[in-house]
Amino acid sequence: MESKATRVLVRTAAMLVLAFLYIPLIIIVLYAFNGSISQSWPIQHWSLEWFSRAWHDQAVRDALLASLKAATGATVIALLLGSAAAFAVHRFKFFGRDAVSFALVLPIALPGIVTGIALASAINYGGDLFGMQFGLFTVILGHATFCIVLVYNNVVARLRRTSLSLVEASQDLGADGWQTFRFVVLPSIRTALVAGGLLAFALSWDEIVVTTFTAGNVQTLPLWIYGAIRNPQSGRGLVNVVAMAVMLASFIPVYFAQRLTRQTDAMGTTGL
Amino acid sequence: MHRLLGVDAEVDRDQGLTKRTEPRTPTRRLQLSAALHGRPRLKLALLLVPPIVWIGVIYLGSLTLLFASAFWRVDELSGTIVHDWGLQNFRTIWENEIYHTVAFRTIKFAAAVTVIDIMLAFPLAYYVARIARPKSRPVILLLIVMPLWSSYLVRAFAWRTILSHNGVLDWATSKLGLGAIGIGYSDTAVLIVFCYLWLPFVILPIYTALERIPSSLLEASQDLGAKNATTFRRVVLPLAKPGIVAGSIFSFALTLGDYIAPSLVGKTQFIGNIVKDNVGAANNAPFAAAYALIPVAIMAVYLTVARRMGAFEEL
Amino acid sequence: MKRPARIAAVIVASALLLAAGGVDSKPTHARASASPPTKIGKGEGQLDLIAWDGYVESGKNDPKADWVTPFEQQTGCKVTVKFEPTSDDMVAAMREGGGGAYDGVSASGDASNRLIAGGNVAVVNTKLIKGFSDINKKLQSPPHNTVNGKHYGVSFMWGANVLLYNTDVVKPAPTSWSVVFDPKSPYAGKLTAYDSPIYIADAAIYLKATKPSLKITDPYELTPKQLAAAVAVLKPMAKGIAKYWGLAGDEVDLFANGSVVAGQAWPYQGVALQRDGKPVRAIIPKEKVTGWADTWMMSSKAKHPNCMYKWMNWTLTPEVQAQVAAFVNYDPANPKACSILGQAVCDGLHVTDPKYFASISFWKTPLSNCGDKRGNACTDYSVWTQKWTEIKG
Repeated sequence: MESKATRVLVRTAAMLVLAFLYIPLIIIVLYAFNGSISQSWPIQHWSLEWFSRAWHDQAVRDALLASLKAATGATVIALLLGSAAAFAVHRFKFFGRDAVSFALVLPIALPGIVTGIALASAINYGGDLFGMQFGLFTVILGHATFCIVLVYNNVVARLRRTSLSLVEASQDLGADGWQTFRFVVLPSIRTALVAGGLLAFALSWDEIVVTTFTAGNVQTLPLWIYGAIRNPQSGRGLVNVVAMAVMLASFIPVYFAQRLTRQTDAMGTTGL
Repeated sequence: MHRLLGVDAEVDRDQGLTKRTEPRTPTRRLQLSAALHGRPRLKLALLLVPPIVWIGVIYLGSLTLLFASAFWRVDELSGTIVHDWGLQNFRTIWENEIYHTVAFRTIKFAAAVTVIDIMLAFPLAYYVARIARPKSRPVILLLIVMPLWSSYLVRAFAWRTILSHNGVLDWATSKLGLGAIGIGYSDTAVLIVFCYLWLPFVILPIYTALERIPSSLLEASQDLGAKNATTFRRVVLPLAKPGIVAGSIFSFALTLGDYIAPSLVGKTQFIGNIVKDNVGAANNAPFAAAYALIPVAIMAVYLTVARRMGAFEEL
Repeated sequence: MKRPARIAAVIVASALLLAAGGVDSKPTHARASASPPTKIGKGEGQLDLIAWDGYVESGKNDPKADWVTPFEQQTGCKVTVKFEPTSDDMVAAMREGGGGAYDGVSASGDASNRLIAGGNVAVVNTKLIKGFSDINKKLQSPPHNTVNGKHYGVSFMWGANVLLYNTDVVKPAPTSWSVVFDPKSPYAGKLTAYDSPIYIADAAIYLKATKPSLKITDPYELTPKQLAAAVAVLKPMAKGIAKYWGLAGDEVDLFANGSVVAGQAWPYQGVALQRDGKPVRAIIPKEKVTGWADTWMMSSKAKHPNCMYKWMNWTLTPEVQAQVAAFVNYDPANPKACSILGQAVCDGLHVTDPKYFASISFWKTPLSNCGDKRGNACTDYSVWTQKWTEIKG
């Protein structure tokens, strides 16, 4: 389609941009092996000390666990509420329908700090009313709020490509609502749920701004990193190791999720 | 899997089907489904109430409360918020030049980061969407997304190591004979870091939009005699526009509210820093809310325009 | 139309019931009572603190600096700590969520009175603190932690904000704050300053010595004219700042990678850099210094008050005081630590020197009441905060 010269040019530019994305990651990996406490360049001496220290550090373990719990909770809530809203908007016409998608995207579109201080004052209010306390629950509350739109968008987009006749056919054959949902609807939106759920998990995992305002004294991984990274003597080396480990560990689920969405996408389009 | 209802006897023999002798009583689930079937509004309510309560009451409610507090003030002695409606916070913003400087600086940066990111993102998005072999596409997409899985803080801090005095960049340029550039802690550093951090968020919507363009359209354009450049300008670009706008929402909004990158690699203040400092250290939440109205108002306008351009489909 | 409306009504009704029912009930975690306890009970198993860098060490930064692990072993109180860069951040953290998120704070004089006035900290029964009578007489009942005869905490450490400089680059050795405040300083572009509005007081003591016509007596009691003069010194200085620092680690970084060669620091950064082999030195310039006196205060809504009392006792013992002083190079509030530190170290720190103590302008919250015959003519901290934002740009 494009001329040969254009293709070469675009390819080169694309590869350069891709390389740009990885520059800091290479630095992180290099410094995970840095033996001295100062982050100066070039690295004076190499060591595996930070790896063993990270392995034994209780604060790291607590932070990883807290982040895992928060991300899982937020993703589950986002999946439920996001798909519910998507179905409602897709199937029914009602007053305020357009406003729903606008309202759902607000938590992500508005600056994180605005969402953060709004939720913090709401939690304070809830504390006065019924004793709500800052903690893991409020972290999940905050994360779920901006994760809902990620699931919603994916499911709505997918639903638009699904035909209503399949559902009708299923009902004609005598299936009840749950059976129709489980055997007809769910498979067709599965890729959207996986894609939305993965995005929601990733966003919650790395979120710091809203979390700062809703966490109280719970430490999720980003909060731990923010404290540790400013401590050259004991924190920074750990941070580089943890960041590298998380990146490598996340490679597998992300890869499989992508394969899953690709496969079923191919299947889905032929069925209609 | 499917429980069949009673079938006509004639059809039975004809198709080799056996007829059930007694009618089944509908299961509970079937009764519930039947009950809901004729009442679409109930179904709607059940689906919609939980998300509405969540977003509507908790989020929008607290947002409204926040912006109401922009009109209140803090009592200087006790430090508590006084519900004294007035424009005192806005007057402070209007009268003090520092708040104008910071706001304009942040908006300028948001625009610059958006433009630069679109220019960087487009070649990569176009390459993956239309030039790369189908087998390598998922690999490259994976490579684009992977950096998002290593903490945003750590990547920003890595840039600090690169850009600081005698850091990696200075070392590299010295080796090349160019001497130390010395970006250090500065607005330039903040610009680079912002452009870097939001880049994947800009690439993905553009990719999605470009990928959806059917090749047949481009072939038709060629058949009608258009040169490559014209096809690009008049077919590809307009179809990619919603994706570009969607990507720009991310880079613009994220820059407008961020305070972490400026505090890690910068020296000057941005809107996010002013809001954070006032909410926390300065204990002046009403003023923070008033100042936060600036990026909120800007984004409200931006989102409305973006929606009209169809960007919401691409998010 | 009936069903959805009915359902909505049920939801609204339950929400109201929840709210109404919730108004009467209060959170049921243990709290420090309004009047101080008469004895220290059993430890609650946890202690959440807010502290300055270097005050709560568990061997991570320096394997030899660990006074938390023995405390945890002896009392069963597991310690978590959040380090905050400024007094403002500490006050905000203690007030977060209505208070009670943290049990205790190492508050400096510019935070302590705000916490007392805000009802955020509890009165302490000093009879329960074993080492209380050992505390340096000047710090037993100072106005920053004792109000109307009631003690709101136990003094811990004190020290000065010194001038730290790179001995390889800054030659000849500086003797004055002018190396930072002079707009024509040869080191402009490689300077640092503490990122808090309280830093304005440092410009004020500089002006007190260099511009006596301004008649500055107390650097925290500035009339609008005096404040304007301080701001006029700080705005050009801001141009020469490479980066402001908040946490100790921030400044250690700046000196370590050469971005900064001079600036105000706590003595902790100086010894930390020296231990890492960096060529730095800390001095008290001729214009004198600001400083801070830190008090361990307990939250009025502390969830673990017994552990906090145990901590206050623990950190006042001569052994722990000596350990902390050796690690951060500050002055211990308990002079008995000198028997462990050695007289030479103590003399170097001026632990018992009243003239040195008197020469430090300790951090305190600027109020509009000047506290002298000028009456309410002074600028309060909210004005300072506003000015600091302008100065940084």
